[in-house]
Amino acid sequence: MNIIVFGQIADITGTNSLTLENIGDTNQLVEQLTSAYPALSTAKYAIAVDKKIIKENTALNNNNTIALLPPFSGG
Amino acid sequence: MPEISQRYNRQILLPEFGEAGQQKLLQAKVLVIGAGGLGCPVLQYLAAAGVGTIGIVDDDVVSLSNLHRQVLYSTNDVGLPKVERATAVLKNLNPGIEIVPYNLRLTNQNALDIIGDFDIVVDGTDNFSTRYMVNDACVLLNKPLVYGAISKFEGQVAVFNCTQNTIEKPVNYRDLFPNPPAEDEVMNCAEAGVLGVLPGIIGSMQANETIKLITGIGQPLIDRLFSYNALNNLTYDFLLTTSEEATSHIPKDTVAFMNTDYDLACSTNSSIEIDAAEFNALLSNKYITVIDVREEGEKPVITEFPHLHIPFAQLKESAHALNTEVIITFCQSGGRSLKAAKLLFDTVGPAKKIYSLRGGIINWKNIQANK
Repeated sequence: MNIIVFGQIADITGTNSLTLENIGDTNQLVEQLTSAYPALSTAKYAIAVDKKIIKENTALNNNNTIALLPPFSGG
Repeated sequence: MPEISQRYNRQILLPEFGEAGQQKLLQAKVLVIGAGGLGCPVLQYLAAAGVGTIGIVDDDVVSLSNLHRQVLYSTNDVGLPKVERATAVLKNLNPGIEIVPYNLRLTNQNALDIIGDFDIVVDGTDNFSTRYMVNDACVLLNKPLVYGAISKFEGQVAVFNCTQNTIEKPVNYRDLFPNPPAEDEVMNCAEAGVLGVLPGIIGSMQANETIKLITGIGQPLIDRLFSYNALNNLTYDFLLTTSEEATSHIPKDTVAFMNTDYDLACSTNSSIEIDAAEFNALLSNKYITVIDVREEGEKPVITEFPHLHIPFAQLKESAHALNTEVIITFCQSGGRSLKAAKLLFDTVGPAKKIYSLRGGIINWKNIQANK
């Protein structure tokens, strides 16, 4: 699955896009990303699965595109 | 040809827009909150297009570092109130419309009265406490909110609190981000930097969405979040839905709203502390002062980045000489520097951003060594 990250989340991961395989759901994805990038644990972001913002744990397959969107304060 | 038909001729020519669209614009009342990077292009295009009444809220003055992106202002305007300068420029651009200046800071006490007088609100604010307050006020007053926000090279646009039918509950900002981050968890333009043209693009999109809402043409970004990256030109369009969690965070009524402390919600005591990664990110900013508050002779001696050495006991008398917007303190393990940051905040804050390096310089050196 393709994971696209925005704003300061990309500063943490060092890239705009990551590829991971065989992750069951969004909770597991967050867990895996946080252990790879500990700074994510204090970051705030919304999660989108296939361009739909989700609020509950959501099942994933390798064809999904997941986006992590942090809030922006600038104006 | 009368002046009005001539001035707006090129948009009246559009069959979708026409005389009817122009009349709707002239009768509309739009409030633009924040006359900065986003607010300037929003104001300029709405005034040019003939939005009949435009309110402007801002309590800031023009500074030299605004001019690369805040295109309503000139070098001669530095030091003058933004609202005053914007009003003068817009009246000159279009004398046929009314500009209502509010040279004040929007608060939970005045927001409902001010917003209540307008049909549509445009969010061009630069901080989370005002963004959440404006969102909640628009939900309570049932006003459409044209949202825009930027960070470095990226921008977001959405139309909140607006539905195309009366059955569905409209989506608001809290459906995307239910709670504000602490103000220091996310850097603003002053700390992170911003490409000057980016707010021009995002603000122009907000003006476009506003004009679409007023005239009823096209498909505004209702229930959608648009995201733009100026570096690679990638755009994304995310679908938003309402959530129970969002509703639970919005004050129940106007009394509850006026009792909600939006500043407090964004600035917890712990938020004054930053970790090594945030510290490193801030080091790339030239306009910061880093201060070692340890006593003379304490080791390790730091040569990795430029900094001042002001022991804690002498900090108070030196505080007013610190002239950067961002100040970071550090010590051995993070205790004294937190006290120092609080002392600085009490002495020169809250106009400045003041941080303490969590875990101190020992922890920072360990993290650098393990990279």
